[in-house]
Amino acid sequence: MSKTFRIGGIHPHDNKISVNAAIENFPVMERAYISMSQHLGAPAEPVVAKGDKVKTGQLIAKANGFISANIHSSVSGTVNSIEMLPDLAGNLVQHVVVNVEGDEWMESIDRTPEINRVIKDSPQDIIAKIAECGVVGLGGAAFPTHIKLSPPPGKKAEFLLVNGAECEPYLTSDYRIMLENTEEILIGVKLMMSALGVKRAYLGIEENKPQAIKKMKEIASKGYQEIKIVSLKKRYPQGGEKQLIDAITGRQVPSMGLPIDVGVVVQNVGTALAVYEAVQKNKPLFEGVVTVTGKCMPEQRNFRMRVGTTFESMIFAVGGFPKDAEKLVSGGPMMGKAVSRIEAASVKSTSALLLLTEEETKRGEEANCIRCAKCVDACPMGLEPYLLNRLSRANRIEDLEANMVHDCIECGSCLYVCPADIPLLDTIRLSKTKVLKIIRSRPKK
Amino acid sequence: MTATIIFTIASLTVLGLVLALILYFTAQKFKVVEDPRIDDVETILPGANCGGCGFTGCRSFAEGCVNAESMDGLFCPVGGNDVMKRVADYLGRSVAEMVPQVAVVRCNGNCDSRPKSNNYDGYTSCAVMASLYAGDTDCRYGCLGQGDCELSCDFDAIKMNPRTGLPEVDADKCTACGACVKACPKMIIELRNKGPKGKRIFVSCINKDKGGVAKKACAVACIGCTKCQKVCAYDAITISSNLAYIDYNKCKLCRKCVVECPTNAIWEVNFPVRVPKKEVAEVEQH
Repeated sequence: MSKTFRIGGIHPHDNKISVNAAIENFPVMERAYISMSQHLGAPAEPVVAKGDKVKTGQLIAKANGFISANIHSSVSGTVNSIEMLPDLAGNLVQHVVVNVEGDEWMESIDRTPEINRVIKDSPQDIIAKIAECGVVGLGGAAFPTHIKLSPPPGKKAEFLLVNGAECEPYLTSDYRIMLENTEEILIGVKLMMSALGVKRAYLGIEENKPQAIKKMKEIASKGYQEIKIVSLKKRYPQGGEKQLIDAITGRQVPSMGLPIDVGVVVQNVGTALAVYEAVQKNKPLFEGVVTVTGKCMPEQRNFRMRVGTTFESMIFAVGGFPKDAEKLVSGGPMMGKAVSRIEAASVKSTSALLLLTEEETKRGEEANCIRCAKCVDACPMGLEPYLLNRLSRANRIEDLEANMVHDCIECGSCLYVCPADIPLLDTIRLSKTKVLKIIRSRPKK
Repeated sequence: MTATIIFTIASLTVLGLVLALILYFTAQKFKVVEDPRIDDVETILPGANCGGCGFTGCRSFAEGCVNAESMDGLFCPVGGNDVMKRVADYLGRSVAEMVPQVAVVRCNGNCDSRPKSNNYDGYTSCAVMASLYAGDTDCRYGCLGQGDCELSCDFDAIKMNPRTGLPEVDADKCTACGACVKACPKMIIELRNKGPKGKRIFVSCINKDKGGVAKKACAVACIGCTKCQKVCAYDAITISSNLAYIDYNKCKLCRKCVVECPTNAIWEVNFPVRVPKKEVAEVEQH
């Protein structure tokens, strides 16, 4: 019996056309552009200077502040410059540019293919190693993992939920690692359980990935009994933190609350793999699996790619820029961000590069709301998007707050179902930012 | 029959009288005493309800004027000095004359000088576009061209020019209420002194990037070369983070900086057309 969350949700066509492409190693590029702002929170502080020799996996930037993460070089070579370069949205971010010379890894990294099953570190050591290796949440938000694994005093985690739902259409990177690195993920989950001190973990996988569920269950039954594999119904946004908690445990995260408020910590399967590599193999997070896909592409591939690879080189690796491609998206079509600069580079949490044609991306002309309430049915947070849209346009901040605009998870389900093509998400996101700013500026009780 | 009519009239009269008395005493009990001057001041005001004065509308501005000790800091940009003088005369106070202002668009990058590097296909709103990314050109500071300022203007004074993709201000209609200044997410629009006979000089760019980066993104960007600062005899130009700014209170409108600017980022408005010097023309011919 597959589980799912209670309200809302949509069923977009999953378009997982790259599912059968096994993970290949992406060739190391000539130059790596490593962003200092690859995680939520303060940008990291570079610790290398121009002209320094760096090895693959060497620390090049230190976490700066509480919510921040270390950054390691993804290539070996000479630091060409440390400069402000545009990220995919065109905003200037500090980058360390490395000219690649060979591929010499740090000696401390265990590069043997054997799976290291013995957990010998104490919970504190695991968290320290995760922080040292700069592991961040690979589900999208890139929240530093070591902070998520150290709950604030007075709060205790009961379960660890691992998100293998991959509900976004097109993406197959999580699916491929679940097939190819199954046991590593399970060890990673065990490490995180030990760090949190929890006895049970659930790994949720959507039922459109039967092979992944089968393989996970098979390996979990051999020595990982405390990790339960849960089959989930195919429904977007199943991978949303609050939706996944609802689907698996039936608990509801309060408004403005965190999963830890209901005793749950959610991590992505990609993060579990990164945790395994960091703790057992001493390998910092400097590469990840990226799906390069799109119906207009000649081939769809899954690459294990170094951080700092430009989107341009990804496209050329799969046969060049297709003529009819109109839009580049980093991530999935629902929550991904459009790439406005092709020379921008990938970051730790980049999960896909998606190319869409004009036909696929075209927005219909906005018409009047016919009050069909499809958006209300689709909203997984139980909001009323049509109302929030009207209030946003009238800038009625108090009414917006009363209607819980700050609970919006920006999943885009309302925009997807709207028959009148009203830009619901655009206006709601704008007012959500305003309302959140006001709420956060209030003195805490 | 007659008795019924008489009874009806009598009963309704009595009922009317009783209700009138109740209404009269209620009205007396809950009477709100309001300064009658507020109504009078409101009739003097233009009634645009634009909020340019800082109050929510003309009525609350009138209340503010009546309740205030002096007229300092109270100014109706729509009515201007004329209306403020009449309000002050009515209230028996004095008012300082304000220099008329006008909204100025500080971006000059049209489709030719600032080529697009990507196409924006989202919702037509500068605020939404600015929340998503840096913009559809390489300049991170420039006008996004979705027309939020045009929508915000109550006086039809600012219009998007479809040819250049930039907003243009009609100085005659502009009341300097500041609605467009608030609406622009890139903070391109500034209120500046209108100047004598509408003559004004300003830097039509807010790009704070280094010269090379700015110039690459836009041919008419201010590159912070300090040439204008050097030529200015009145110390009106300051350069901070690679951007020149002309202080309109110090500027004497000598136009030297306009000629000096290598990228034509400094604009002069309402000046007579310059007659090209003969020598210059001859040199060019050779």
